[in-house]
Amino acid sequence: METMKIHDITPNDLPWKIRYDASRCTLCGSCVAACSFRAIAPKVERRRMVFSEGDFPEPKTRFSAIPVIRQVHSIKNYCRGCGICEKVCPNDAIGPLRNVDNRHSIVTRCLAGDSVKRGGRKNLESTSRTLDRLRVGRISQMTDPSLDAQRHTFDLLAPFGRILPPGKLPFAVGADGKLQTTGQSPPVRWIYPVIIGDMSIGALSWRMWEGVAMATAYLNEECGLPVRMCSGEGGVPVRLLKSKYLKYMILQIASGHFGWNRILKAMPHMTEDPAGVLIKIGQGAKPGDGGLLMAQKVAEHIQAIRGVPKADLLSPPNHQGLYSIEESVQKMFLSMNAAFKFRVPVAIKVAASATSVSVFNNLVRDPYNIVGGFFLDGIDGGTGAAHEVSLDHTGHPIVSKLRDCYLAAVTQGRQGQIPLWAAGGLGKTGDLAADAFKMMCLGANGVFTGKLILQMAGCVGNDMGRCNACNTGLCPAGITTQEPALAHRLDPEKVAQNIVNYYLAMDQELKKLMAPIGNSSLPVGRSDALVSTDRAVAERLQIQYVC
Amino acid sequence: MCRIGAIKSLNYVHPSQALLLMQSQQKGHDNSGFAMVMHDLGGIFEGYKHLPTLSLACTDEGLKVAEDMLHAAGFQRVLQWVPEVNDKPGLDINAMPNYVFETFDYPKHIKKSSQKEKEELLLDMRLNLRAALEDDEMGFVYSFWPDVVTLKEIGDPRDIGTYFNLWEADSKFTARVITAQCRQNTNYDIVRYAAHPFFLQGFTALANGENTFYQKNKEFQRKLHRGYIGFESDSQCFLYTLHYVHRQLGWPLSYYKHVITPLPFEEIGHRDDAQELQAIRQSLSHLEINGPNTIIGVLPDNTLFTCCDAKKLRPIVVGRSSDTVVFSSEVCGINEILPDRDWETDIYPNEREIVVIDNNLEVQRWKQ
Repeated sequence: METMKIHDITPNDLPWKIRYDASRCTLCGSCVAACSFRAIAPKVERRRMVFSEGDFPEPKTRFSAIPVIRQVHSIKNYCRGCGICEKVCPNDAIGPLRNVDNRHSIVTRCLAGDSVKRGGRKNLESTSRTLDRLRVGRISQMTDPSLDAQRHTFDLLAPFGRILPPGKLPFAVGADGKLQTTGQSPPVRWIYPVIIGDMSIGALSWRMWEGVAMATAYLNEECGLPVRMCSGEGGVPVRLLKSKYLKYMILQIASGHFGWNRILKAMPHMTEDPAGVLIKIGQGAKPGDGGLLMAQKVAEHIQAIRGVPKADLLSPPNHQGLYSIEESVQKMFLSMNAAFKFRVPVAIKVAASATSVSVFNNLVRDPYNIVGGFFLDGIDGGTGAAHEVSLDHTGHPIVSKLRDCYLAAVTQGRQGQIPLWAAGGLGKTGDLAADAFKMMCLGANGVFTGKLILQMAGCVGNDMGRCNACNTGLCPAGITTQEPALAHRLDPEKVAQNIVNYYLAMDQELKKLMAPIGNSSLPVGRSDALVSTDRAVAERLQIQYVC
Repeated sequence: MCRIGAIKSLNYVHPSQALLLMQSQQKGHDNSGFAMVMHDLGGIFEGYKHLPTLSLACTDEGLKVAEDMLHAAGFQRVLQWVPEVNDKPGLDINAMPNYVFETFDYPKHIKKSSQKEKEELLLDMRLNLRAALEDDEMGFVYSFWPDVVTLKEIGDPRDIGTYFNLWEADSKFTARVITAQCRQNTNYDIVRYAAHPFFLQGFTALANGENTFYQKNKEFQRKLHRGYIGFESDSQCFLYTLHYVHRQLGWPLSYYKHVITPLPFEEIGHRDDAQELQAIRQSLSHLEINGPNTIIGVLPDNTLFTCCDAKKLRPIVVGRSSDTVVFSSEVCGINEILPDRDWETDIYPNEREIVVIDNNLEVQRWKQ
């Protein structure tokens, strides 16, 4: 008998166990080849076999070496439960099973002396969402004929840019009795109210990025939906900066300033203005920490675009070297507005935190009308990689924080002057239209979404801890990896097709929600259209309570 | 569904005409009330067009409070008209004890002030009176403005007409512009203030429909002007927007329609004035209206106009003779008032226009 070593890792310490049926396995090797985490491996086992050869039972035993598939007992190559093995197995011989007894979060820290890092989704409280406790409760009655979602026209557009209050519009009445513009006002773009959220070119595989960009272009040019895509902080390929498709891109600058040098250098060669500039002040899922691009994902082309060596890249939540919000506003004013000669709206993105309303109040009172949008990212938001403790435990739910910001504007009579955009767990259930609609009723001008876009592309991760390996560079779906072999699993055209189709369905669904409440433009601030069966939610959001 | 109507004439018209106009559409309303605003007054008020008239429904105590406040502020009463009421049994009316129409001379210190200063004083006075009379429902102040009287009552419109002796035409109580509605507010609480038409600083508006952007409108308007109060009815928002756009911002009336029912972005893009229209649409998106509506409005210079929601979900007809123009939700109302007109010239306004009647009864149709 072997000596028992109590500290050895076994599959029972890991979050997933591999279910394997040797009798069904044909040893084709597909599962092992497909597992990007190397969590399974072929192994030879010594098996005892009892057999009888004559007419009468005459049992004999034989020992033979049999090849089988086994789970790797490694804290590095542990199974993420992505289920790719199951997907490729022709015989249903293998698949991951959730291990309720796992000690993963403890043994990892004990063995590595480092915090657990994870990509993807928030794992705590994943079943209960405030948005699901809200209903669109204002259904039209006889005196309030509904619109026809199929027949009537709807204006599903949201502003991106600083809106001047009516009294400050540079208008004069001309001799012909018409209003004439006599001065400058900030640039405003009217775009589709669901932006493809900021996921950097380093976070996503180049094929995924290409697919998203293709979908954006298609939605704009073929479907007539002015959908915008945010570049994320990773910088933008120079070829795209010089192309006509730049007009669909919101360029993001953040504390890491990744790729910004290249963007500035490309400015003289740009044939189109970008759709906007988004300056990231804080981050959604990890307001105290920062996005993380692990060295494994910093491929050569990422190094080139960002101008960095192959190393872990942290994008801290705060502007380095900035002292206050006023200073960051000043920075925006000096850098981006001036750089694009006030033709391009500049917005900021902050984390939904206890202080985000203060930031918003500060900006909305700014006399220079600089900030062209307030992007608010809640606890469920965020890109693909961070320390697990940040992902799970920091941040603020988006719904009440967005509502706070809107009501702060209402109190000052300044609603709409800085468009509010919100994200963080929207579309988690798959129904982005419903979530977006409810957020708008609560005061958002529009929403942005990242993870749902990944889901559209074929991401297998979920909120129950399945996969969530975006940080490893080993994404089994080829979405968040820079490994050529893995990235090639993804078909960019299929990605684009899925995103386009989802947007078309969502567009239809938004109208289906707008029609019964009698709206032909977006229901921004129509909190009267919402009800909640949860008294606490109703009181907190100042909407009607029903039971 | 409520019905609305308006009469504008070169001659002075008695409110019995407004009652008839509304009576013929009786099937369309629920007999919960009748209200009207009269501009450009004739009869006993004709000689006092430059002085403000208070329209008040109140208790005895309320009357005393109001008069004391006005006198304390320096207003001197020059005319009082109390309608003779016919309080016969069986009338479906929920009347207040007193209905007072009093004309006042301005306080001495303000007589030489600018028109604007006087207008602000009148508004403040009305708001103060309203606040003071709110306790115990001592009274309801509908308007305090030169050349304007307002009457609002809860009950059956026919009985209200009988109660105030309005069925019999006379020459004492007349006006050149009368707007009227036969229904109390039904969306929200039934209170006297909630009945259309609504009035603010020379502007009158009444509407037939449902403003589904009420919450948005209200949240925004509350901060725009001290006079934007009450919000007893969703349609009040239309008046405040009219007042804001035309008086506060100083924009021509034609832009009212661009504010409440902006053109779709695609259409704006094709217009020569795209820049202005887009700026309006984005700055005033909280004043947009949605839902079915027809709006009738009167400006301080007695111009009468009507416009509809962007999808034309509520009806309105404009009929006219040589000396009178009538707006009505249903054509039967006009038939009652102008039976001999050429009905082929009736106007059925569309969803993208404002129909405007100036003081010469010239009809203009402004395309949005």
